[in-house]
Amino acid sequence: MTRVHDMGGRFGDGTVTPEDEDVIFHADWHPRALALTLATGALGKWNIDVSRHARECLSPTDYARFSYYEKWIAGVADMLVARGVVTREELAGMADPTSSPLAEKTLKAQQVAGVLARGGPADRPSDIVPLFAPGDGVVTRKQPENTIVPGGHTRLPAYAAGAKGRVLRLHGTHVLPDSNAHDLGEAPEPLYAVAFPASELWAHPEHPRDEVVLDLWQSYLEAP
Amino acid sequence: MPHDHSDHDHPHALLPPEPALRVKALETLLTRKGLIDPAALDEIIDTYENRIGPRNGAEVVARAWSDPDFRAALLEDATAVVAEMGFFGRQGEHMVAVENTDELHNIVVCTLCSCYPWPLLGIPPGWYKSDAYRARVVREPRKVLAEFGVELPEETAVRVWDSTAEVRYLVIPQRPAGSEGLDVDALSDLVTRDSMIGTGLAKAP
Repeated sequence: MTRVHDMGGRFGDGTVTPEDEDVIFHADWHPRALALTLATGALGKWNIDVSRHARECLSPTDYARFSYYEKWIAGVADMLVARGVVTREELAGMADPTSSPLAEKTLKAQQVAGVLARGGPADRPSDIVPLFAPGDGVVTRKQPENTIVPGGHTRLPAYAAGAKGRVLRLHGTHVLPDSNAHDLGEAPEPLYAVAFPASELWAHPEHPRDEVVLDLWQSYLEAP
Repeated sequence: MPHDHSDHDHPHALLPPEPALRVKALETLLTRKGLIDPAALDEIIDTYENRIGPRNGAEVVARAWSDPDFRAALLEDATAVVAEMGFFGRQGEHMVAVENTDELHNIVVCTLCSCYPWPLLGIPPGWYKSDAYRARVVREPRKVLAEFGVELPEETAVRVWDSTAEVRYLVIPQRPAGSEGLDVDALSDLVTRDSMIGTGLAKAP
């Protein structure tokens, strides 16, 4: 089973509303929520795959009704408790906050530029040999599920499960989210851009030559 | 505001219901625990409100339009080329540039969350993060383009890039007719944010 975040191809969401380029945030608390999320990430208690998984673990009801930055804040709160950084009582305002032993890692204003500039590259050396080359046909695995952890994080969307495509390019070897989101190691492996004809994915493609390209790890793919 | 949390097991349900108060409560708690420096939050916000935004990407596109060697290098290894221009870091660690032509129009989405090339385009617009865009653009890109006022010729194929990994895509829109002779600065004014996501075209001069 997939989670509610996996919405590619879904019907019923209505129209898309363009907006001016100079609109960056839509409420005063949005930039604060963004900054808070980045600053807590700098504490080093989780990686980006863990944080994506935390948002995906919101109940479908919460995921659907929360706005973008509400999902971020909910994910941060859940991770802070899960990782023992704050207690439920502190979060509820029912206990006086105690100072944290993690405080030496607190992001300082003068460190922000460096932390943002470094980012979090995901390419790693790997012993896993690429099985495919650009031009090769591939088929994605039938179930859009994490094969290591039941119900775990994965980056194969349901709409592209069990689909035939062709490799456009090899991106190198990258951290595998299905492992890294569950603290099971980075498990780097070859990552490919794979193109799928729209007619392979949809019953009513708009145009015979349209395609969708996804970045997919080697363990998501088989030879056709 | 009434609030019925559907899932009381999630710790986030312990925070105040109103989003603004929820953020404030979390910031106050983490500041008291010594885990947040409010000045660092101000610095992060200033970065994305004033220093990093789509004018960065527009500069890259304008140079690609002006300089064939730069364009070739950009298509070959965008990460290295834009880093030389000072554009790198969080959510732009692995960049790929894709070029629109008469035959092919590229559009970028992240159906699973909202991955986006921050160092080149800044914070994603609201619609990019919307359920409607995430759900629909992979299935009916031409209908979505129509909502942006864009209609493609029948001979142009659409390629939608779903950003499912840590690779971020920058669309190089087609250079508009009538822009011959313009310098890089003037050209960059024609490059809209949406044209670098693929939901728009570059402006006519």
